[in-house]
Amino acid sequence: MADTSQIKNWYLSLFKDFENYLNGEKSLPFHKLRREAIEKFAELDFPNMHQEDWRFTDISPILKHTFAYANRRSTELPSKGEVSRFLFDGMKSHVIMFVNGFYSPELSTLLPLPGGVTIGSLAAAMKISDDGITAHISKYTGSDKDIFTALNTAFALDGAYINIPDGIAIEEPVHIIFISHGGEKTISQPRNLFIAGKNSQAKIIQHFVGTSNGVYFTNSVTEVYAGEGSNIDVTKIQEESLNAFHVATTEVSLDPNSNYESHALSFGANIYRHNLNVTLKGEGGNAILEGLYLLSGDQLSDTHSLIDHASPHCTSRERYKGILDDRSHGVFNGRIMVRKDAQQTNSFQENRNIILSNEAKVDTKPQLEIFADDVKCSHGATVGQLNKESIFYLRSRGIGENQARLILIYAFANDILKGIKIDEIRNKLEGVLGERLLKN
Amino acid sequence: MLEIKNLYASVEEKEILKGIDLKVNAGEVHAIMGPNGSGKSTLANVLAGRPEYHVISGEAIYEGKDLLAMSPEVRAREGVFLAFQYPVELPGVNNTTFLRAALNEARKYRGQPEIGAGQFLSMLKKKMQSVEMSDALLSRSVNEGFSGGEKKRNEILQMAVLEPKLAILDETDSGLDIDALRIVANGVNKLRSKDNAIILVTHYQRLLNYIIPDFVHVLYNGKIVKSGGKDLALELEDKGYDWVKPENESVAAK
Repeated sequence: MADTSQIKNWYLSLFKDFENYLNGEKSLPFHKLRREAIEKFAELDFPNMHQEDWRFTDISPILKHTFAYANRRSTELPSKGEVSRFLFDGMKSHVIMFVNGFYSPELSTLLPLPGGVTIGSLAAAMKISDDGITAHISKYTGSDKDIFTALNTAFALDGAYINIPDGIAIEEPVHIIFISHGGEKTISQPRNLFIAGKNSQAKIIQHFVGTSNGVYFTNSVTEVYAGEGSNIDVTKIQEESLNAFHVATTEVSLDPNSNYESHALSFGANIYRHNLNVTLKGEGGNAILEGLYLLSGDQLSDTHSLIDHASPHCTSRERYKGILDDRSHGVFNGRIMVRKDAQQTNSFQENRNIILSNEAKVDTKPQLEIFADDVKCSHGATVGQLNKESIFYLRSRGIGENQARLILIYAFANDILKGIKIDEIRNKLEGVLGERLLKN
Repeated sequence: MLEIKNLYASVEEKEILKGIDLKVNAGEVHAIMGPNGSGKSTLANVLAGRPEYHVISGEAIYEGKDLLAMSPEVRAREGVFLAFQYPVELPGVNNTTFLRAALNEARKYRGQPEIGAGQFLSMLKKKMQSVEMSDALLSRSVNEGFSGGEKKRNEILQMAVLEPKLAILDETDSGLDIDALRIVANGVNKLRSKDNAIILVTHYQRLLNYIIPDFVHVLYNGKIVKSGGKDLALELEDKGYDWVKPENESVAAK
């Protein structure tokens, strides 16, 4: 087993620099959480493939680099022109941009908002000791178990903060763009908090990009609190540099009768790990988790999801699909927990994969733990190649072989893309899909 | 239009076609009949270029060109159409988009301009009426959730849209009730002209009540053992396939 103490020491020394860099932030109550988290970080070890949760995912390449902490002062902003390509054509939205994890008011544009709604920087909200932050931050994460979450909490300074009061619907989507920019080998650790009041509604896009094709590391944590009867739709688009590393944890807590939809699209990064944990805390909650990973080269994409049915009468539907070429590797671990009292649970899970080369591989594992007796749970997983019969059928109608393959791959992926309700995003993603597929 | 000479072909190393000779001229309808396992479907699939089927020897000259040297898509663009015995479901592939793409591939190949979506749709709707297909099937995925009869009608619709020169129907009548059979037969008869040829592969004589063939061939054990006019089908219906077997075997014994 590789010794990871050196790299841990690197991050511990980074934390000292970080503390020195902090000014007033040190006197805010949140700093106590940072200190606790760095202590946890020091106690925990980086995971290795002997651990069940990391059996298929080798993160040792991430630990080979000593990533520098890009602070607000050292970060040079990209130009507006440079980042305009990350916007979606024709989409009317609130745009907030983060450069190396820091909110950039220069690059952000908000549309008029209903009263009481906050969309913006976590750091700014911390400074004024926003009640929402005190009530919710770090309440849903397991910093005590996961070293990456501990690392993020220790360095948590900025990120996207959205707070929607009871009964308010935000019409336009909120497009949050996290840009890694500038010198190579930086680490960005955005910390995001979305609070949705009772019967509120919002569509949020978390969009991770890089301005270069360099090696960098994004370690992101997002907490979502969905109040009673709220409707929250979060689309995560991970199109980092193909040399980057991206580790993310999303913790979602659902109150009664709330609806949460997650659409996770993963195209970028050399190593990608997403821990997506959803807790159905109140009766009548509904969670839809959909995802698509499109991999080539030696990319690795790993989704570990946990849907915790902690209350009765909740439904969850999870569908992830993968398209893998070259030597890429897909991992899907779908854990569904139905607790003793969670009667009348209805849960469906599916993971389907198409492998386009001889060397690509998929590890897929459903994990159902059911302690209630009156439940309906089903799951399925497939890994296969494109159907030869289907290819021949298309060719027999005059469609060339490559085109036939494209049509079939596209149809397979579109099954997930069509779940995205914002047309402009779907159009853009269809374009990305076409580009990636035509490249071959 | 098509001349097959001494064609031998195999599937999974097993020789199925053992010397087929067949000449099809423009304007003709040929029925190929025979018992199960005689090689009827193999012949249809070899002509369409299914990759799992291997030609061992022999040739098929189509419009003066070597058909067997062409990829399946080129055969289609050259005007060869195979109506599948088991049409494939393509989840997520829209029926209309698929058909227009197929037609435009053929048009591009022939140096014709591509057909626009609006023009295509009005043409398609007319053709759909002729096979009594509901408009609702237009927005569905190709064959997905279609009944057996709807799938076969969809094959005929594709044929009507692509207007092939040589249409090969592989047991299109199997599994159809009498109404569906009539609709399918009407679709085929509409395509019939002095410029086109049709090869009907069928196990039963029933289809030939609706599509009257010019020639009937009986395939047995990979060879055409008997050829004749439309009356041969009736004779077969009457006497059964056993009737052709001893004759063949006695011929072979000589």
